[in-house]
Amino acid sequence: MYSFKMERAESLTSALERFGDSDDAVYLAGGHTLIPAMKQRLRAPEDVIDLSGIPGLRDILVTQDGIEIGAMATHAAVAGSAHVKTHIPVLADLAGGIGDRQVRNRGTIGGSIANNDPAADYPAAVLGLDARIVTDRRTIASGDFFKAMFETALEPDEIIRAIQFPKIERAAYLKFPNPASRYAMVGVLIACISDEVRIAITGAAPSVFRAADFEVALSESFSESSISELTLPSDTMNDDIHASADYRAHLCKVLIGRGVQMLSDH
Amino acid sequence: MSGSLVGQRILRKEDHRYITGKGRYTDDIQQVGMTYGCFVRSPYARADIKGFDVSQALEMEDVISVLTGLDVAADGLGGLPCGWMIHSKDGSEMRQPVHPVMAAERVNYLGEPVALVVAETKEAAKNAAELVLVDYEELTPVVDVASAAQGEQLYAEVPNNTCYEWGLGDEAATDEGFASAAHVTHIELTNNRLIPNAIEPRAALAEYNSGTDEIVLHTTSQNPHLVRLILTAFVQIAPEHKLRVIAPDVGGGFGSKIFIYSEETALAWASKKLGLSIKWTAERSESFLTDAHGRDHVTKAALAMDSEGQFLAFKVSTTANMGAYLSTFASSVPTYLYGTLLAGQYRTPAIYVEVNSVFTNTAPVDAYRGAGRPEATYLVERIVEKAAGEIGLNPAELRRRNFIGKDQFPYQTPVALEYDIGDYEASLDKALEMASYETFEQRRVEALARGKLRGIGLSCYIEACGLAPSQVAGALGAGVGLWESGEVRVNPTGSVTVLTGSHSHGQGHETTFAQLVADRLGLAIEDVEVVHGDTGKLDFGLGTYGSRSLAVGGSALSVAADKVVEKGRKIAALLLNTEVDNIAFDAPVYKMMDSNETKTFQEIAFAAYVNHDWPSDNLEPGLAEKAFYDPLNFTYPAGTHICEVEIDPDTGVTEIVQFVAVDDFGTIINPMIVEGQVHGGLAQGIGQALLEQAVYDESGQLVTGSYMDYCMPRADNFPDFKVGMTCTPCTHNPVGAKGCGEAGAIGSPPAVMNAVINALGGVEIDMPATPEKVWRAVLSSQAQKIA
Ligand SMILES: Cc1cc2nc3c(=O)[nH]c(=O)nc-3n(C[C@H](O)[C@H](O)[C@H](O)COP(=O)(O)OP(=O)(O)OC[C@H]3O[C@@H](n4cnc5c(N)ncnc54)[C@H](O)[C@@H]3O)c2cc1C
Repeated sequence: MYSFKMERAESLTSALERFGDSDDAVYLAGGHTLIPAMKQRLRAPEDVIDLSGIPGLRDILVTQDGIEIGAMATHAAVAGSAHVKTHIPVLADLAGGIGDRQVRNRGTIGGSIANNDPAADYPAAVLGLDARIVTDRRTIASGDFFKAMFETALEPDEIIRAIQFPKIERAAYLKFPNPASRYAMVGVLIACISDEVRIAITGAAPSVFRAADFEVALSESFSESSISELTLPSDTMNDDIHASADYRAHLCKVLIGRGVQMLSDH
Repeated sequence: MSGSLVGQRILRKEDHRYITGKGRYTDDIQQVGMTYGCFVRSPYARADIKGFDVSQALEMEDVISVLTGLDVAADGLGGLPCGWMIHSKDGSEMRQPVHPVMAAERVNYLGEPVALVVAETKEAAKNAAELVLVDYEELTPVVDVASAAQGEQLYAEVPNNTCYEWGLGDEAATDEGFASAAHVTHIELTNNRLIPNAIEPRAALAEYNSGTDEIVLHTTSQNPHLVRLILTAFVQIAPEHKLRVIAPDVGGGFGSKIFIYSEETALAWASKKLGLSIKWTAERSESFLTDAHGRDHVTKAALAMDSEGQFLAFKVSTTANMGAYLSTFASSVPTYLYGTLLAGQYRTPAIYVEVNSVFTNTAPVDAYRGAGRPEATYLVERIVEKAAGEIGLNPAELRRRNFIGKDQFPYQTPVALEYDIGDYEASLDKALEMASYETFEQRRVEALARGKLRGIGLSCYIEACGLAPSQVAGALGAGVGLWESGEVRVNPTGSVTVLTGSHSHGQGHETTFAQLVADRLGLAIEDVEVVHGDTGKLDFGLGTYGSRSLAVGGSALSVAADKVVEKGRKIAALLLNTEVDNIAFDAPVYKMMDSNETKTFQEIAFAAYVNHDWPSDNLEPGLAEKAFYDPLNFTYPAGTHICEVEIDPDTGVTEIVQFVAVDDFGTIINPMIVEGQVHGGLAQGIGQALLEQAVYDESGQLVTGSYMDYCMPRADNFPDFKVGMTCTPCTHNPVGAKGCGEAGAIGSPPAVMNAVINALGGVEIDMPATPEKVWRAVLSSQAQKIA
């Protein structure tokens, strides 16, 4: 790790100001991505602006049409939240399956989606549940947020304040962990939102994506047989020592099928 | 033996300090004026070095010195030697390219050190290391083991990149066996390359004292005396009596800390050259790149049987990867620790094995938990299981037909070893029962109803441990004898300090050895302290590897304890004014046989030091005895492992649903510690079978250079292990112990793979059985069924 300056912001405004004053600043949330990258000298910011002192950023609130989760809420907080468990059980379930205990007690939802790791779990929930990302300056629709591997719609200084999820009871997240890292090698979120079925897949491709064909077929008829002829294209899938593109495409389909089964059994 | 402590599950004495953070590891040690070293490492697998420019690095604040491979060469330091000479079939000596402490002209693997920066702070050293400019000219590397002999010539003095072409056994007799065979089973397999991953990365702290001209080197070693011997006699850093090597608490080794590496060597040299105390601690990424890796074989073999399934002959051809240089014991691993074990537990009358060891542009490969014996066991137990399938015999039955019977010991195998004792059927029977083998078919059917493919696999392993009878080791090419030293030093108040050349880095010697000695002398275990790991305190010792600590180091202590008892008898006789023959020791009391007068051990100890009246010619004061124990033979732990798996055919995920290990380790001092060793070994063996693999890409870059990609096993990868024991005590050492440290890693991989292959209906795959490989095998087995 190179040396750097660390400051704790006490408000969103002061965080933005400090960011603007620096030539090379970065926000710090749980630090579970940023710190390892700095330790490996892959990132070397001059100024690190810690968001943990900003009031209100950890809150998990029930709103009229859903649940608003502060960007600094840890995975453990989301997994353990009674509100989340009641109104969006799949989200509690997903958060409870991220990393290990230590990771869940530090890592935050804001940090996870701002980072947009292709193998992270939360992007599947944000896209699959059609959440909205509320920042210091605007609200971004889930479909507009994730741009590419490690790239989002956020401007360099923009801070995520909260993520607004609709209440959805009928949804499932199926994760096939990478055996080494335990991030998602393939993670499928499948949600039934009134008559519509949404499927978001993480881990399989450079960035989270929706399985449009499967959504259409399942929206018409929610059964495994309605997707039996469908496949996912492997040419857009990741390919590495753990899983070839073909195998990832295959796993996506297996997990979608299992999700359908789980939600049908309900 | 008093018998009150041996066999007890005594909690480990050392654990209190480990789990309360009071362990003292090399990196914990702070010295006044201590400086920090950081190594500059090759970013290429193979390149010529055209020059160094250290000027920028030297200008940095807090930087004291930058030493490069050129300085090493200028000071005339010797290369790091390999301690085991192997001769090729034609009688020629193995080829040994010079293994420089730091490279000056050519780098041969990714991460090879080329320079050492010494600075006042760790950060300054690391920052300056980035500014050491090395002008490299990249060369095409040789990475793949199977084609290494045909690759670019890596060293002028090593034709075909081949270290040796070794053979063992009677080829003509083996061929005859095949000529008369009713059935021949063939197999081709790889033994996957592994990275050791001790929890404590390697570290060293070298301190030069100009007042005494002595270097004190703290280092993460399994055998500090060997470090001292090699650094002084071969690398010639200092005279042997001017180098003290201390291996304090060490967090695991699994073999990787047996070897003498560039880093501690460079540090010891630099500390004297610069007159400094210098510390270096590996970062985890350095461990991945430079700790000696393990395994990495490709093998073809064939087993000949008669019509009854009796093994007639076994023929094996293996190519083994040595990496870029010969590490300390590398040459012995695929030869005398592998070829000699190919008889397994069987009476196979003729065996012939050829091993070609090759160099590649990868990290050096050396002994890793099991070292050669897992590779042998994997081969033997895979081919035996396959043979059973081919001739339609139950795999347990085929093994039973070929076992060396318990009344056939000592048994001379066709591959050099003489097994002293064993009862292989006893372990097999016990394991079959514990695994409910008889009812497996019901479980298979039940699993199928749930959509799972269930398979069962056996492995009846043997290993040669307790390395090693010096005469045999010497005849096989070892550069040193492989005895061990031990001392039992009785203090005046009757407590005992035990000194041993066996180093403990997690094995629990501080408990087991104390238990053994306390048992012999009739003391409480609390009254016995075990000292190890310091060349300044101990006699020469050969260290910990090859499951040798108790069988060899413990035997030395047993002999030393007997000597203490004997001397105690003389002192008792003196005090009781009688003949020595009239004194018996009934621990912890010396008794006069013809009266009821007694002296306790404590009284004897006290008298040994405070008595004033010694009959000068036949009895000296003091009560401390040493022994150098040279074993008469290897020990032969053996047993049966049975694994049961369930495969999810849709995803290829393999779950181990049951694992039974029944082992015969001879006499057991502390069953809890032994079970712990079994559990750890199983974790590593199952890790090899299902999860772990070191991967280099074509350019020699390490793809699995962190835990993001190198798949370490975790607790949730395993079921609760069912562990059982049988016992045939070792016949030739005074403890009766055979060794238990490696068995788990040796016996388990073939059990797992046989189970996977069984579940797959016979489709063979190589380790690790990753989900994708298994899924593809499921597809091909389904295709076979349809065809
Ligand atoms: C061992 C380990 C295992 C893990 N396993 C998993 C796993 O299985 N699944 C998974 O999904 N993740 C996993 N993670 C990642 C972890 O869960 C976190 O989600 C991730 O580290 C990012 O969150 P953070 O709070 O740590 O962010 P940080 O590391 O603090 O920040 C990450 C990036 O986001 C930016 N950022 C943070 N907060 C904001 C904000 N509010 N607004 C704008 N930008 C912001 C930072 O500037 C930085 O660039 C793992 C991490 C580790 C170390």
